[in-house]
Amino acid sequence: MRYLTAILALLASLSGFAADTARPQFTFTAIPDQNEAELVRRFQQVADYLSGELGLEVRYVPVKSYPAAITAFRGNQVQLAWFGGLSGVQARRAVPGSEAIAQGYEDQFFKTYFIAHESTGIAPGEGLPEAIAGRTFTFGSKGSTSGRLMPEFHIREAFGRAPGEVFDRVGFSGDHSRTIALVQSGAYEVGAVNYAVWDKAVARGEVDTDRVSVIWTTPAYADYQWTVRGDIDQQFGAGFKARLTRALLELDNEEILGSFPRSRFVPADNSVYSAIEETATEIGLLDDF
Amino acid sequence: MTGFLSQTRSLRRLTFYFALIAAACLVFADIDITTRSPGHELWLMAHGLVTPRIPDPRQWLDGVIYTLTFALQGVILAAALGFLFAAFYHRAWVRVLAACLRSVHEVFWALIFIQLFGISTLSGVLAILLPFSGTMAKVFGEQLEEVDPGPANSVKPAAGPSLSHFLYTRLPLAAHAMRSYTAYRMECAIRSSVVLGFIGLPTIGFHLETALRTGDYSAASALLYTLLAMVWSLRFWFRARWLWLLVPAAFIARPLTGQWYGPNLRQFLYDCIPAPLRQDWPLEKTGRWLAWLGEQVATGVWNTILIAQIVLVLTGALALLASTLNSSHFVSGWPRRLGDSLLLVIRSLPEYLLNFLFLLVLGPSMLPAITAMTLHNGAIIAHLLGKHSDELAPAVMESGPVSRFAYYYVPTLYQRFLAYCFYRWEIIIRETAMLGILGIPTLGFYIDSAFEFLRFDVALLLIAVSAALTLAADHLSRRLRRQFLLQ
Repeated sequence: MRYLTAILALLASLSGFAADTARPQFTFTAIPDQNEAELVRRFQQVADYLSGELGLEVRYVPVKSYPAAITAFRGNQVQLAWFGGLSGVQARRAVPGSEAIAQGYEDQFFKTYFIAHESTGIAPGEGLPEAIAGRTFTFGSKGSTSGRLMPEFHIREAFGRAPGEVFDRVGFSGDHSRTIALVQSGAYEVGAVNYAVWDKAVARGEVDTDRVSVIWTTPAYADYQWTVRGDIDQQFGAGFKARLTRALLELDNEEILGSFPRSRFVPADNSVYSAIEETATEIGLLDDF
Repeated sequence: MTGFLSQTRSLRRLTFYFALIAAACLVFADIDITTRSPGHELWLMAHGLVTPRIPDPRQWLDGVIYTLTFALQGVILAAALGFLFAAFYHRAWVRVLAACLRSVHEVFWALIFIQLFGISTLSGVLAILLPFSGTMAKVFGEQLEEVDPGPANSVKPAAGPSLSHFLYTRLPLAAHAMRSYTAYRMECAIRSSVVLGFIGLPTIGFHLETALRTGDYSAASALLYTLLAMVWSLRFWFRARWLWLLVPAAFIARPLTGQWYGPNLRQFLYDCIPAPLRQDWPLEKTGRWLAWLGEQVATGVWNTILIAQIVLVLTGALALLASTLNSSHFVSGWPRRLGDSLLLVIRSLPEYLLNFLFLLVLGPSMLPAITAMTLHNGAIIAHLLGKHSDELAPAVMESGPVSRFAYYYVPTLYQRFLAYCFYRWEIIIRETAMLGILGIPTLGFYIDSAFEFLRFDVALLLIAVSAALTLAADHLSRRLRRQFLLQ
């Protein structure tokens, strides 16, 4: 009897698997740039909204890292993704024909904050304060636009040298919330963090602003966007991309938008991110050879 | 002193040289302490530790099932494969294959398999199965070599060695040791399974990493207690008669499937070809690429060796001292059970977690990694050594614990102690390379960066370098063991 149930269960799971792969499933993901529980809550709502608008089942799969999101996109395991500026550029280079279709209103002028521990005594300034040279410094994730690419660009601009030569030690915290925690504890003296994550954490009272504060804000740049694979119309029928784009642009659910937080989504295309691409190439992050 | 240096097989001299190398490494290593106000974060951690919380029980249960199934499937398959290898361990190519399999860390295997099979059961199980089968082949092979050759010699089959000859004269003598070693590997597999979660597979490590990263220490402590409970409870359920039920259950609960796409695989294999080869060796670019790669290899290898050598010696020192906590020569009754549990807790905590904790306390340098690895490896050797010491007869002369330790315990156990340290050496190198993923610039740091920017060719080359380093340590330790320990 035990073996019989076992075999039945095995068969059931196998047939379930076969059925899963037979029909194309519209799946999307997002780069894991902060608290995962929050990401799951946010993107599950987006999935429900898109299911309603597009009339097919839409699934969100969480991933653990930026490259995992890009790999999933490249391998067609997801057809749509919420990427950061740099990861979007990487993904579109990996999948020819893919397109940025929408970005948040705020993503048109995104910023990075440089934050410092109070013991450094660095005062906020107009330009990147000279005094950060020789300190310990942490980026966010290696592939992050606001936590790595743009801060590194501005450090190179200001000092004419690579971060490894400017600072005593350079680290990668892996995530924006982590950057705040590490600088607040003084493990690193200076850090670079996504302004939206910082503002939200401060508003929630999670940051001890006596210990850590903003010392410089970068000029604005384009960041997060929805990117879709080029072959999506072949997979889901003609006009699917247009319907998907419209659904995203028309999203006006306060709760969903508030969780991003974005006031609304606006049209975007690949050219919006050419500056990011140039910056990344300049720093040597993109040229694989 | 001159007499001491001219002794060729002196264990003291061997120890002296290892300590000297570690001291030299310490000079070059970056071990500054730089922190300012870790108090707040540490208080949050302590608070989390006493207020464990499971935010989503369904997610938790799912994670637990994945953790156990990865470990169980991985270990059972690895034991089968390792046994097969062990039966042919006298052949050189089997030994080389096993050494190569175990020279690559589970995390690196997983990073590769995730590219091939996506985030799937297949990726997770293979990542545990391959390196574990290499290790088990080695240990099983040695266990078979060490059995009493009497029975095998007394019934010489006419037509050379046969299967039944092996099954009746050699296997039964080693079977007990093999079983208890498999049980020990299951403990390692649960830890590995959790660590695989840190890079994205759906075990409880996935949620643990999230909780730690975002400072949700209540959720983190609940997951840590879960991990400890899983490791501790093994002694009750990881038994032959339960396995007939548990193993099929594991394969049914999470069938071994992967997401396999032909074009994906082709693309990955193409990306694994070194970049200059893909583009017909353009001279100037190739030069730049090689210089860039060379710098990563040089820095990575240098830092890996620095840290590993320091850790090896510190691990040894800690292990000798801490083994008394689990030795009948020093403690008995409930203090010993307490000591044993303490060692179990320390060795079960993932290095990743310890490293992060010490990063907050000590600041960014090599010190957090060194401390974390010393604690972890020290606790493992201490446990084994303490258990081994039970087999020794009590000291003949009555004496206080300190002199008993210095004049009886250490001298009698020293050979065995060094053997354990040599075994651990290759593992320490492997783990040091892997810990780079957390930010110290060992090989893992560059491997992680290469995966981050989808430079699979670079990633594979660096993994090969790390494997070569491990193999070198393995080779050296075997030679030293032969010269000093087996006489």
